[in-house]
Amino acid sequence: MQLGIPRETAKGEQRVAMTPEVTAKLTKLGHDLIIEPGAGKAAGFADAAYGEAGATLAKSKADLYKRADTIARVRPPEPKDLARLTAEQSLICFFYPSQNEELLAAAGESGATVIAMDMVPRISRAQKMDALSSMANVAGYRAVIEAGNNFGRFFTGQVTAAGKIPPAKVLVIGAGVAGLAAIGTAQSLGAIVRAFDVRPEVAEQIESMGAEFLFLDFDDAADGAATGGYAAPSSPEFREKQLALFREQAPDIDIVITTALIPGRDAPKLWLADMVEAMKPGSVIVDLAAERGGNCDLTVPDDKIVTEGGVTVIGYTDFPSRMAAQASTLYANNIVNFLADLTPEKDGVIVHDMDDDVIRGATVAHGGEVTFPPPPPKIQAIAAKPAETAPEKTPEERQAEEAAAARRAGLQQFGLIGAGSIVLLALGLVAPPSFLQHLVVFVLACFVGFQVIWNVSHALHTPLMAVTNAISGIIIIGALLQIGPGNAIVWVLASISVLIATINIVGGFMVTRRMLAMFQKS
Amino acid sequence: MGIGLQTAAYIVASILFILSLGGLSNQESAKRAVWYGIFGMALAVAATLLGPNMTLHWVLIPLLIAGAVIGAVVAQRVEMTGMPQLVAALHSFVGLAAVFIGINSDMTGTVDLTRAEVIIHEVEIFIGVFIGAVTFTGSIIAYGKLAGSIDGKALVLPGRHLFNLALIIASLALMVLYMNHAGSWTLWVMTLLAFVLGIHLVMAIGGADMPVVVSMLNSYSGWAAAATGFLLGNDLLIVTGALVGASGAILSYIMCKAMNRSFISVILGGFGGGGGAQMEIDGEMVAIDAPAVAEALADARSVVIVPGYGMAVAQAQQSVSELTRRLRAQGKDVRFAIHPVAGRLPGHMNVLLAEAKVPYDIVLEMDEINDDFPETDVVIVVGSNDIVNPAAQDDPNSPIAGMPVLEVWKSEQVFVLKRGAGTGYSGIENPLFFKDNTRMFYGDAKASFDVLLGHF
Repeated sequence: MQLGIPRETAKGEQRVAMTPEVTAKLTKLGHDLIIEPGAGKAAGFADAAYGEAGATLAKSKADLYKRADTIARVRPPEPKDLARLTAEQSLICFFYPSQNEELLAAAGESGATVIAMDMVPRISRAQKMDALSSMANVAGYRAVIEAGNNFGRFFTGQVTAAGKIPPAKVLVIGAGVAGLAAIGTAQSLGAIVRAFDVRPEVAEQIESMGAEFLFLDFDDAADGAATGGYAAPSSPEFREKQLALFREQAPDIDIVITTALIPGRDAPKLWLADMVEAMKPGSVIVDLAAERGGNCDLTVPDDKIVTEGGVTVIGYTDFPSRMAAQASTLYANNIVNFLADLTPEKDGVIVHDMDDDVIRGATVAHGGEVTFPPPPPKIQAIAAKPAETAPEKTPEERQAEEAAAARRAGLQQFGLIGAGSIVLLALGLVAPPSFLQHLVVFVLACFVGFQVIWNVSHALHTPLMAVTNAISGIIIIGALLQIGPGNAIVWVLASISVLIATINIVGGFMVTRRMLAMFQKS
Repeated sequence: MGIGLQTAAYIVASILFILSLGGLSNQESAKRAVWYGIFGMALAVAATLLGPNMTLHWVLIPLLIAGAVIGAVVAQRVEMTGMPQLVAALHSFVGLAAVFIGINSDMTGTVDLTRAEVIIHEVEIFIGVFIGAVTFTGSIIAYGKLAGSIDGKALVLPGRHLFNLALIIASLALMVLYMNHAGSWTLWVMTLLAFVLGIHLVMAIGGADMPVVVSMLNSYSGWAAAATGFLLGNDLLIVTGALVGASGAILSYIMCKAMNRSFISVILGGFGGGGGAQMEIDGEMVAIDAPAVAEALADARSVVIVPGYGMAVAQAQQSVSELTRRLRAQGKDVRFAIHPVAGRLPGHMNVLLAEAKVPYDIVLEMDEINDDFPETDVVIVVGSNDIVNPAAQDDPNSPIAGMPVLEVWKSEQVFVLKRGAGTGYSGIENPLFFKDNTRMFYGDAKASFDVLLGHF
């Protein structure tokens, strides 16, 4: 299959759908790459680099569309690009089908297969092709860098000869992929990071990244697992409490990064004008939700403003494109991983299996029809709610249980001792004294054995077996005592016993010594 | 040497044996403890040879020398990975000796005994021979399974429990006949039945349960020696047999507990299928290559290696040790996590790692290290499967549900070294392989480690 990579035409878009580095993986799947001249230039990948990686250079865009079987790009196609596609061709890109209805209809009419990278279902098998997560990760990272660029101070606190520098305080609102990436980046730059999310179950993830989770005491907490891991709109009461929490934080915080989005809606307004006013001059707000209207009242999409109070509000919508090399590499990997699923035999032949949850979910047009929205995936998104754990027992209950267990164990022990004594007494009635003398020795030896062996270290169990093996060769004494004049068979059997018991003794002890000599301390 | 002096020598020997086992509580005192055992044994044999009623020294000397030479050669030659086989083979010797001594005792007959003493003596002969015979054939089968000459899978015959029961009942019936002077043939037939029982018992036990079998046979060989002691009226044999029997019993108990299985279910054989279907596994195994593993190791601060039987099979312990040495030289915290049933013998992994000169203070038990996994950057699982299977905790229908396992999945990143994508020895699916933080590093363990070594 020929994979064609056109140059992105959207204004300011610097990413490219394939990088020279990732091309090798594509070749392993049996596919060939063909690129439009200058496709990777904005991301820093020269045509020559693609050539070295095994790609061929198309003469022009028209030539590319003619020669390629599948087109991979980043942004949704323009109508004129879509018109170039024939029914045999496929297109892979971000498509946003629910917002681009006209384009979707056109795609259906074209007959081409269109795969929307933004529609890859969120199941664990599909994580490796989840381009939205890849881009969100880049955006979260870049948001911190952008904030740092506009923030006049250090992130990390220092005590220097010239005075003490306080660490920057960063608040991240919304702990999705972008939020978590922002937390991690700010944390590693040395800032004090706090984070908030309406889904209480992400608290653990926030804390694992080293940030402090701002806990909101509210009963009716949203359960994000039911909506495929995304946040759901919250009730007015909840919103009030949330805003109160932010209002309290605003004067203390130097940098705010907002990433709160609800699927299919405008971004919720969470950082209101009065909070911006309350912030110290020089503070920075980065609004990652700017494309959907922004989480901050003052956000101007695609622009950076400075308020009268000296607070910078950044509303860029192209964070991934601002790190084009990194974003392109991740996106290219996502594409290749998707192609790997489309090429099960790794022979360069595409098998578009519409029964596969992931492929079906991402395909928005196929065989002349619009196949969006997809049926719900067969496998539940994200882990299902963990099983209800048994309610924590009260100390009294636990105490009672322990007492009962102790009583049971005690009774059991009494029973065993009683039964054992009765058996012994019964034996004593009939057995001759010589036997009972041996029995005393035997029982005592068993007890000594149990006490001694419990102390043996786990690591020495193999030497223990070898040494007990050697010691059980003591049976040689029995054989020795039997060797005597008389019955020839007895003589032969006893001799064999002596021989093998000796092997046992010598072999067992020597191998134990060999093993123990190997144990060394560092 | 008089009988009094001989008895005194036996008492000293018993004490030395107890000290010898007690000394195994740590690695340093263990080296001294072996000498106690050796002195004890030498004393016991010398006291017997020089004691009253001993004749025919001239024929015993070559026998003892021959046995010592064979034993020494075997002990020097055995590979540390071959330890399980050697231990099983040595058990069979004790069993065979017990059988011979019992049969001899039957043939030499008894004198000057009361009626009750005769009964007890006959019961002692029967029990001694029975345990000895089961130990003998059981150990031979265990040897075969461990050495790979017999298929490791559990042989599950229809009605196998009934078959075992029938053999035991038949043996009891023969004992009653024997005590009613039906003749020595009853003893011979019973010996054959016990041979069959020994074979069948061990054939029915699957490869993954081998550590229990070996320690169980260890216990049996002790009880056989103790029974022989009763039969001959020799307290030294009784004491030593009881010590060995107790030791094996405790090892079996520890192994069973580590697998969360009852001792009875293990010796009755077969792997008990859980009720209901096992949990479906969602996700896929993601393979990784050596450079990526090396990169992760280079970035890691703390590394835990979890060895299993696969490491022994691939003879990879030297390469593992070398990698450990190099990683430690770079200042990384490298430790080993040993599950009690890793390998085919209790403590098998410890011995292999010790052979490869891994210092024993970085080799930790499950309980010591299980809480540290969340703070671990990289876990390398080398040829182990069930002991790192999260299904034991998550899936109540899993055959290993409730078994304590090493919680490797809680670490940052897990690399599983495995030959292929199939299930392991026990045939249980392992959800660990499908986890997001797990990467499969396919290939022979030794070869894989050697490739990794090239990166450091």
